[in-house]
Amino acid sequence: MSEVPADLRYTKSHEWVKDNGDGTVTVGITDHAQEALGDIVFVETPEVGRQVDAEEPCAVVESVKAASDIYAPLAGEIVDANQVLADTPDAINQDPYGDGWIFTLRLKDPGALGTLLDADAYQALVDEES
Amino acid sequence: MGKRTPLFPEHERLGARIVPFGGWAMPLHYGSQVEEHHAVRRRAGCFDVSHMRPVDLSGPDARSFLRRLLANDVAKLKEAGKALYSCMLNGEGGVVDDLIVYYRGPNRYRIVVNAGTADKDLAWMEARSLGTGVSIERRDDLAMIAVQGPEARALAAPLLPPDCRAPALDLKPFFAAEAERWFVGRTGYTGEDGFEVILPAEDAPGFWRGLIAAGAQPCGLGARDTLRLEAGMNLYGQDMDETAGPLESGLGWTVAWEPTDRDFIGRSALTALRDNPERRDFVGLLLTGRGVLRSHQAVVVDGRAVGEVTSGGFSPTLERSIGLARVEHGLGESCEVEIRGKPVAARVVRPPFVRHGQACLDL
Repeated sequence: MSEVPADLRYTKSHEWVKDNGDGTVTVGITDHAQEALGDIVFVETPEVGRQVDAEEPCAVVESVKAASDIYAPLAGEIVDANQVLADTPDAINQDPYGDGWIFTLRLKDPGALGTLLDADAYQALVDEES
Repeated sequence: MGKRTPLFPEHERLGARIVPFGGWAMPLHYGSQVEEHHAVRRRAGCFDVSHMRPVDLSGPDARSFLRRLLANDVAKLKEAGKALYSCMLNGEGGVVDDLIVYYRGPNRYRIVVNAGTADKDLAWMEARSLGTGVSIERRDDLAMIAVQGPEARALAAPLLPPDCRAPALDLKPFFAAEAERWFVGRTGYTGEDGFEVILPAEDAPGFWRGLIAAGAQPCGLGARDTLRLEAGMNLYGQDMDETAGPLESGLGWTVAWEPTDRDFIGRSALTALRDNPERRDFVGLLLTGRGVLRSHQAVVVDGRAVGEVTSGGFSPTLERSIGLARVEHGLGESCEVEIRGKPVAARVVRPPFVRHGQACLDL
C-alpha cells in the first residue's frame, strides 16, 4: 500500500506538490509512482530559471525499466532543482516525499494550486489504476 | 495476463510484480531489481524460467536433421550431456530463434527455445521434419529453474535428487547430467557460474522453496535482463531477429562453416553476406555522458546516423549505462547516441562488460 500524505496536492500524472507558503511549490513523484517505476538510476532535473507551462514535460526520471517524463504541475519558473539526484537517483525510491524532491517552482498564479487533486482524489485515482 | 508457470503461486506469495512476457505472466522483480542483480553477482539467485520450452528430438535421422536445421553443428557434440548454443536460421539467413541443444545419446537431443517463439519454432521444425521420421516432442510437462551466482552450485546441489548430486557437481561448463526426470545443465544467461535445472512441473515448487531457504535470492526478468546485458549475451527479438542474422549480431562464432559440404538452412545467404564489405558490425557501448541507453536510440558519428542501439540499460555492477548496437562497419573508438534529441558521448567497446563478478573493461 503506497503512502499518500494528506497535506500535499497531486497531479493525474503522479507528481506531488507541496505548498511552501511563499508563492513557491516543491515537486516530486509519488510513492505509488516510484514503486511502479522500480529502481531509479538516472534523473535529469530542469534548468533553474526555465519558464514552464502547466503539464509541460520538464524533467526525466529513468528507472531500470524505462524513461518517464515529469511534468510541471502548474505554470511558473523553476527556481531550484535537486542536484543531489545526479549522484543518488535512488533517493526517489528511498524517500519520495523528502530527499527525493525534484524541483521547486515559483507559481505564476498561486491561486491555481486549488485546481490540483487533494489527497483523497489522488488516492481514488491510484485505487482506480491498480 | 497470460499463461502461468507452475511457480506462479510462489511468485504471488513473494509479492512479485507480475508482467506479461512472451505470452506468460512472469515476475519482473520481487522488490528491487538492482538488489536481485547484485545477489547473483555476489552470492546466488534463482529464476523461474519455466516459460522457456524444452523440446525433445529423437529418431534415426535426428542428428542429420539438426545438422540441416541449425547454423552451429551438432556433430561437435560427442559426449553425452554436452551442450551447444546455436541460431536456427531461415532461408534468408535471418534468425528464427536462438537455442541451446543438448546431446543425450545417439540420435537423442534436447533443445530449449524461447517462450515467445516456441509455437513458431515448433511449426518451423515440424514443417522441415516431414518425411524424416524425426520425433519432435514439446515438453509442456517440465518446469525450468535457473540458479546462478558464485555460490549457486554448492547451494543447489543438496536439493537435487540423490542420483543427480554427484554428477551435477562434476559437470564441466556447458555440460548437463540427468537422472530421475531431472536434467541439470551447467549453463546460464548471467555471466556467472550456476545451473539451469529442467524438472517435472510437480517438483518445481519444492525445489524453488528449497533454494530460497538455502539463501538464494528470488530474481525476476528485470535482473535477468541486466545480468545478460552485462555478460554481453543477446536477447532474441531485440539484438537479432528474422531480418538481422548472426553475422550482424555478434554471433558469427556460433556459425559452423566447416565442413563446407554441410548444407544448413540459411548457409548460402550467410555466405553472400560474409563476403559483403557493407556488412554491419555489432558492438558494445559504454555511455560516458549522462543518461541511459535504450533500444532503438540512434548511434551518431559527426551528426550522421550510423546505426541503432539494440539493447540498452543501466549496469548495476559498473554503475554506468551500457548497450549493444548494430552499426556501419568501421566505427572508431567513440560515437554519440541520440537520447531525447541530444547527442550523448559513448565509448565503443567489445562485450562482455562483466564476467564472474568482475568488470571486463576500464571505466
